[in-house]
Amino acid sequence: MTSRIDRTFARLRERREAALIAYVMAGDPTLAETEQLVLELEGAGADIIELGVPFSDPIADGPVIQQAAERALRSGTSLRKILPMVKQLRTKTQIPLVLMAYYNSIHAFGPERFCREAVAAGIDGLIVPDMPPDEAGPLQGPAAASGLQLIFLLAPTSTAERRAYVARQSKGFVYYVSLTGITGAKLSNVADVGKNVEKIRKVARTPVAVGFGVATPDDAAKVSAIADGVIVGSAIVKRIAAHQQQAGMVGQVAGFVRSLKAAMAPQHPSAG
Amino acid sequence: MTQVPDKRGRFGSYGGRYVPETLMPALLELEQEYAKARKDRRFQAELAYYLKQYVGRPTQLYFAERLTKRLGGARIYLKREDLCHTGAHKINNAIGQGLLAKRMKKPRIIAETGAGQHGVATATVAAMFGLQCEIYMGTEDMQRQALNVFRMRLLGSTVTGVDAGSRTLKDAISEAMRDWTTNIRTTHYILGSVLGAHPYPMMIRDFQSVIGKEARKQILAAEGRLPDCLVACVGGGSNAMGLFHAFLNDKKVKMVGVEAGGLGVASGKHAARFSGGKPGVLQGTMTYLLQDEDGQINLTHSVSAGLDYAAVGPEHSYLRETGRATYTSATDDEAMAAFDLLAREEGIVPALESAHAIAHTVKLAPTMKKTQILLVNLSGRGDKDVQQVARMRGITL
Repeated sequence: MTSRIDRTFARLRERREAALIAYVMAGDPTLAETEQLVLELEGAGADIIELGVPFSDPIADGPVIQQAAERALRSGTSLRKILPMVKQLRTKTQIPLVLMAYYNSIHAFGPERFCREAVAAGIDGLIVPDMPPDEAGPLQGPAAASGLQLIFLLAPTSTAERRAYVARQSKGFVYYVSLTGITGAKLSNVADVGKNVEKIRKVARTPVAVGFGVATPDDAAKVSAIADGVIVGSAIVKRIAAHQQQAGMVGQVAGFVRSLKAAMAPQHPSAG
Repeated sequence: MTQVPDKRGRFGSYGGRYVPETLMPALLELEQEYAKARKDRRFQAELAYYLKQYVGRPTQLYFAERLTKRLGGARIYLKREDLCHTGAHKINNAIGQGLLAKRMKKPRIIAETGAGQHGVATATVAAMFGLQCEIYMGTEDMQRQALNVFRMRLLGSTVTGVDAGSRTLKDAISEAMRDWTTNIRTTHYILGSVLGAHPYPMMIRDFQSVIGKEARKQILAAEGRLPDCLVACVGGGSNAMGLFHAFLNDKKVKMVGVEAGGLGVASGKHAARFSGGKPGVLQGTMTYLLQDEDGQINLTHSVSAGLDYAAVGPEHSYLRETGRATYTSATDDEAMAAFDLLAREEGIVPALESAHAIAHTVKLAPTMKKTQILLVNLSGRGDKDVQQVARMRGITL
């Protein structure tokens, strides 16, 4: 049986479209609003949703996501509360859902129990920004057993050796970090990103999505022309923060996601 | 004892390399470069040169006669790391890593600092080797250690305040890791304690192991035998690892690490990871952490900024698990009393960090025989803490 993530990329490939992967921090500002956001962002054109699990010490994140994590922690969010919310979401949508969690959240929950319960709730994939495949041993067995796809990251600093090593272990898609830095930094040279995506495609068994630094419809358009997926995080989270006190927050954020998707016109040459 | 860490940077089940992929190639490069430097006679000769001529090593092993009499038990020796250039053991590691940065042709170095001692040591080495330097420090610590902030700036470094989380050492490390992730091509991160991802805990232990190597020779010369027990304070734990390492195979030598008990372990306001924590992953390594049931890192408290950290070096977790070393804690009040005691009995004002080791000595020495020997690492001097202590006593200087 193929996964929701695999099916989504296959369907988009037929239409020569790149996937729009939208990141929100679970529980920012509340879990109820996160649930609403997921449904509205799907309606606005998001193909995959990445749900951040708030952590007190997020070393791979810039200030925008750090502050979102602080807001989510203040609203009492934890993995134990996110999974029931996901379960409820699954009665309403079949959009692929990927968790992004720092390793200590998983370790405290228990890797085996986490894989089992996450999949039971309806989670499809997992990204752990501080866990390279070198350290993924305790998770890989339970993840494979329960059908949770472990997604690994590659960076501009990755050597050819690591590109092959990491890409081959990644399931669902490979997450290419477009820049040498942390989330929310500015997108740099798109041509370089394109070259690196091509190198990864040669060794990967999955589609390649690009994240970090994709902030505007223009960025999304450029990246959608060179990659199978476009990941937008800080730019969405920034809008959630800016409108969090307003009744129309969800609509504002959905509007932005719609503008991203509209810019990503079907165009990218079929990969392979 | 088997050699630790293994090839994957594991001390038993602790340690490892939990970092974003962006950092992996740099850690692998550092590991290779350090492995070469370790075997390179020229590198070792250069390191030895600077440790002798610039740091002032070997530091003395001083018999604390009046303290010994006062406590009425074991003979107490102090390893005088407080006499190192810049006032603490931190410079041993900063020199080693500074030489590595030069070897790797990285023109810029960064560091985190808690008490400011590692920041000052790194700023000093940067000035001496002509490297550009930026130091990250929690804004809470900048206030507690204003003197060291000014010292780092005098030495030509940029000090950047970190206004996130608890505004202490942990947040400074996260920010330094973010900087390193961003500027990895030009920058070497001089981590200050036996923490972080492999090879840092091993490499920093090696650079600090000069403390124990000297102390072992010195005690043999002074007493004709090895000490019965070693005592050192443990924040990340670099001065303790530095002292313990040379004695690991001397099975009869006991080792005690002293963590920050803050307002008491029962109060929840402390940094005693082995009393209140459990294993987890923070800032690159698997080790004992103060965390809640969801794995969120707890806020810590200690009068001493250098011990005020939620994780302990992974090798300490391993030494505790294997039973080779034991760990205890001393409260803020006990450390303050020890600070006064050492000043008045021996004319040595210890760093508040080191005062925790003295505080445990006060408890331990009287339970030992007068023929027994207690060797205490006096990891730093207290000049940096004088203002804070005055402020705590309501004295305006």
